[in-house]
Amino acid sequence: MSEVAGSALPHDSAQKHVAGTAVYADDMPEPRDLTHIYIAMSEQPRARLTRVDLSAVRTARDVLWVGCADDIPGVNDTGPVVRDEPMFTASETSGGQVHYAGQALFAVAASSLAAARAAAELADVDYAVEDPVLTIEQAMQAESFLQPPYRMARGDVDAGLANAARRLSGRIEIGGQEQFYLEGQVAVAFPGEDDEVRVISSNQHPSECQLIVAHVLGIPAHAVTVEVRRLGGGFGGKETQGNLMAACAALAAKATGRPAKVRLDRDQDMILTGKRHEFRIDYDVGFDPDGRILAIRFEQMARCGWSLDLSSAICDRAMFHADNCYFLPAAEIISHRCRTNTVSNTAFRGFGGPQGMVGIERVIDHIAHDLGLDPLAVRTVNYYEAPDGTGERAATPYHMTVEDCVIDEITTDLVASSDYARRRAAIEAWNSDSPVVRRGIALTPVKFGISFTTTHLNQAGALVHIYQDGSIQLNHGGVEMGQGLQTKIAQIAAAELNVDLDRVRITATRTDKVPNTSATAASSGADLNGMAVREACVELKARLTRFLCETENVTEADITFLPNRIRFGAREISFDDLAKAAYLGRVPLSATGFYATPKIHWNRDSARGRPFFYFAYGAAVTEVCVDTLTGESRMTRADILHDVGRSLNPAVDLGQIEGGFIQGAGWLMIEELWWDDHGRLKTHAPSTYKIPTAWDRPEVMNIGLWEKGMNRELTIRRSKAVGEPPLMLAISAHQAISHALASMGSAYPALDCPATPEEVLRAIDRTGQ
Amino acid sequence: MAAIAFQLNGQDVELTGISPTTTLLNWLRYDKGLTGTKEGCAEGDCGACTIALRDQSGDWLPVCACIQLIGMVHGREIRTVEALSAEGSLHPVQSAMADGHGTQCGFCTPGFVMSLWVAQQNDALTGREQVCDALSGNLCRCTGYGPIIDAALGLDPTGSNSEAPDAVVSAPAQPLHYRSEAQQFWSPTTTDGLADIIAENPEATILSGATDIGLWVTKHAFNPDKIIYTGRVAYLRRIERRDGNLLIGAGATYREAAEALGELHPGLSPLIRRIGGAQVRAAGTIGGNIANGSPIGDMPPALIAAGGVLHLRHGARRRTLPLEEYFLGYGQQDRAPGEFIEAVEIPLQSTPSSLRCYKIAKRHDQDITAVLGCFSVDVADDAVTSARIAYGGMAATPKRAAAAEAALTGATWNRDSIGKAMAALADDFTPMSDHRASAQYRSRIARNLLLKYFHDRSGIAPDLPSEPLAMS
Repeated sequence: MSEVAGSALPHDSAQKHVAGTAVYADDMPEPRDLTHIYIAMSEQPRARLTRVDLSAVRTARDVLWVGCADDIPGVNDTGPVVRDEPMFTASETSGGQVHYAGQALFAVAASSLAAARAAAELADVDYAVEDPVLTIEQAMQAESFLQPPYRMARGDVDAGLANAARRLSGRIEIGGQEQFYLEGQVAVAFPGEDDEVRVISSNQHPSECQLIVAHVLGIPAHAVTVEVRRLGGGFGGKETQGNLMAACAALAAKATGRPAKVRLDRDQDMILTGKRHEFRIDYDVGFDPDGRILAIRFEQMARCGWSLDLSSAICDRAMFHADNCYFLPAAEIISHRCRTNTVSNTAFRGFGGPQGMVGIERVIDHIAHDLGLDPLAVRTVNYYEAPDGTGERAATPYHMTVEDCVIDEITTDLVASSDYARRRAAIEAWNSDSPVVRRGIALTPVKFGISFTTTHLNQAGALVHIYQDGSIQLNHGGVEMGQGLQTKIAQIAAAELNVDLDRVRITATRTDKVPNTSATAASSGADLNGMAVREACVELKARLTRFLCETENVTEADITFLPNRIRFGAREISFDDLAKAAYLGRVPLSATGFYATPKIHWNRDSARGRPFFYFAYGAAVTEVCVDTLTGESRMTRADILHDVGRSLNPAVDLGQIEGGFIQGAGWLMIEELWWDDHGRLKTHAPSTYKIPTAWDRPEVMNIGLWEKGMNRELTIRRSKAVGEPPLMLAISAHQAISHALASMGSAYPALDCPATPEEVLRAIDRTGQ
Repeated sequence: MAAIAFQLNGQDVELTGISPTTTLLNWLRYDKGLTGTKEGCAEGDCGACTIALRDQSGDWLPVCACIQLIGMVHGREIRTVEALSAEGSLHPVQSAMADGHGTQCGFCTPGFVMSLWVAQQNDALTGREQVCDALSGNLCRCTGYGPIIDAALGLDPTGSNSEAPDAVVSAPAQPLHYRSEAQQFWSPTTTDGLADIIAENPEATILSGATDIGLWVTKHAFNPDKIIYTGRVAYLRRIERRDGNLLIGAGATYREAAEALGELHPGLSPLIRRIGGAQVRAAGTIGGNIANGSPIGDMPPALIAAGGVLHLRHGARRRTLPLEEYFLGYGQQDRAPGEFIEAVEIPLQSTPSSLRCYKIAKRHDQDITAVLGCFSVDVADDAVTSARIAYGGMAATPKRAAAAEAALTGATWNRDSIGKAMAALADDFTPMSDHRASAQYRSRIARNLLLKYFHDRSGIAPDLPSEPLAMS
């Protein structure tokens, strides 16, 4: 095998990124007759539309098309899982119901975006305003839910709690988070012959986009082609949220016969599209004097927004991660999916996992405070058992056996490399006579389940062509959004065929090349698509091998794929020449590959099964300082050890780890979504919604791939998924702030998320200072 | 007919028939097809659209093209990311970013490349702090910044551009009066010329750095018929000492002011470093920050605490007034139609300076203030001889804390007196709650900042350390 797989190559588009020549959806030359679409949004969070008159919009200057609920040939719905999301809610004949401030009412296509926007202002719309349900508090009180509560349980929780030597209860509020991909939502549609339409979409899930466009237009999927070359960031925010824009562009393109583009500006994007779910988690825990958890009950409440979107799976994943790395002998997790008159929350890196994990890490921190122990001691005493143990401490609350728990080893290595114990002692001594600034340090672990918990999504397809000059083109269902997927996939293909990387070209992801793909989500991109590509390469190699056997009178055992050439018996042929010869010999040089993750199964009714193929692990130690007068805080150092198995590309993996950590720190420390009393999001642009800047990165960061890492399962080259897990390493930053604040008084600070300066001061008050 | 004339990537450009409020970004992307420059927010807050601009100062500046109106570009030289590798090979800044894994999704990358290129031209990549300053207006959601910072630190820090500015920049500045359909755009070059045009067109919009007005255009479809641009009036950009005072021209940018104030008024420059990002500081002006009357502008409370006096001009008539008197109420200022701000003048403080400004926001860089506290308390023989205290974010205007000042003046300079002044703030302010902070938090912070000032004067460093605790 070539060494190309596993080497730290730069991103395959890096040269184009820095030169400004990488093409994103909005960068393609605009056709002369392009129409621009503006989506009109509701001003009210909950209302009946009592009057909708768009006649002035239709007759406005430069307007080519106006579309509302009455103008949809197929079904007026863009819901990805269930049909509960009207694409346009305004109807001139029947009014319509508004479910959140910012909901799409109708759309206008004009020869310029300015003209479309000006025309939309002319709509005559009356609202009969109803009382909105905006918060988790209000939804719980009104029993406003999208689904019945869901429960996972194992063991006798009541008895465990009653018999425990010590018991605590508490609550943590966890804010949402905007994905803030730098490239906003874009879709451009080109009308084709008959009912055909081609859509360029900034989208993590081309196949679903294709189905929804077909559904809205009332045409079969074969008439719709969705194409994605690259995204300027996705983070989950383009898993389902681009579908409305794509359907809207397709609708206008078919109605006008001209290409049509939707490009949301940042404010519209942030108001109209979903975010990470805000959570409230209540806990009741019983434990022994060493901090060993005996029984625990969680109640997780999630603000899902007005429609289901992906909330069912997201809330499930929060439950799947309510244990993190800890064995819970008796556990009950109850999940409430709150329906609110706010934007429908959606996927965001971690997909509910981070919120569930924050919940249990809070419990650990709280127990440690109660017992006067270092939280790390409470953590390690509760860890799942290591691989090949007795099995007594390996069962999750959803009855899966954890077979690969390496967190104890990672923790030991990180404690040593970060000098944790000595630094913690020094910080506590320093805090005792520091008048204003306090410091804190915390180590938190991560165990993240890899696989879509909706089992059927764990499949992938690939299409690989070898052309007669020996160049290779490959295609698969995964979308490049910055995570380096195409780089890794090209490395896998080049390694399998043992050719130079520059011989392999990856093309835009297209629904007409590989059909029925899953979203590039759940950290699964390389795991699933890499295996599918590998399968296709293996098939092509087999055909070339057979061809050589048949034509050159050798056996399979005589054939070796050397770098860019093939040895057969005593002779060699270059890869190029073999491709040409195989072509002339009428050997098919195009192959598909397919992969379905083995071993996994999940019974949602009984809440039992093995939803995950394996787990990814990591741990971080973060040190912070806090200004106790103003509540400002800052990370000063972070040490990370993360298990990526055998890395497919260490540079890409390190980039995912650092990027995920800083993004997580943004969520837990800085980023705050704020709605006013009328349900209007007031933090809808970077002027008001603050993601981390370069200054916020800790000056000292030591990030390591855990050298002993090796996937026990047969994944692609024994690697592990890396997209989402590192985000949760940032919980250590939040807990480090908690540690700093605990020095202010005797009571537990019970720090909520995000730890904005304002929240930090509230937490100081809670310590009784 | 007058044209908007400038140089783009080495090519002369003359534009007629284009609305002067067209943003430079839209013109680059959709008229010129130069799509390397990206739109991330259309409000100057993400830096994806950063380009390099050279004006009469001769320095390259990082500028957000999304809120730069095309009329402002007249007489300037512009460089976009496409020009850096025009000859087929990547510029060292680009190679460092690509090879150092400084790109992931790549969308923010051209903006980072341009910010770093400009910083290198200005010999400003000398250390981590300087790199973070240069990148303070660029957001990246993928990398976590480490590889970008490392790439920058690996570059030659002093890449001074020996190239002379293009003729379009170095030529003697001629005034521009540009028309397109119903719109007029003036870009005068003398303060007298400016005064005449403003007096004759009192309804016109006066435009300086466009760090606010640019957003009216992109976010609210603002498209005025008459715009008067002050950016080419060299006289307005002067910063000079005068009779023990410092005179700051209204058109001086934050960047220029921070440079000049660094030595002359050390209490002010750390605050200016925290206004906007590098791009906003290169475009936004001291006068603009005062003129728009925002209750959360950072310069007014600082200049009020420093004893600032405003110089206003209407045609040939000039008048002055204490800066705090300029702010009459929310959205209301003491400026007549046809009048404009020429300068602000502040007394130079004796060394060591007593002025300190503390800005509280959710994020350190490029964030709008929740509360800004500015303090200048003079003490002689342990007694307070004078106290000037001004806050931003606490009222409908930038405002002095009269009750707190009174509580301190004449009192002994100690913790007790500070406590009394902190309590007195309740009489000075009734702040509001919004997305930046709650009223309760604002009141508490206002008090605590006064205590912070006391600590600071007593030798307790006001800033959070950037380094982890030193281990023996």
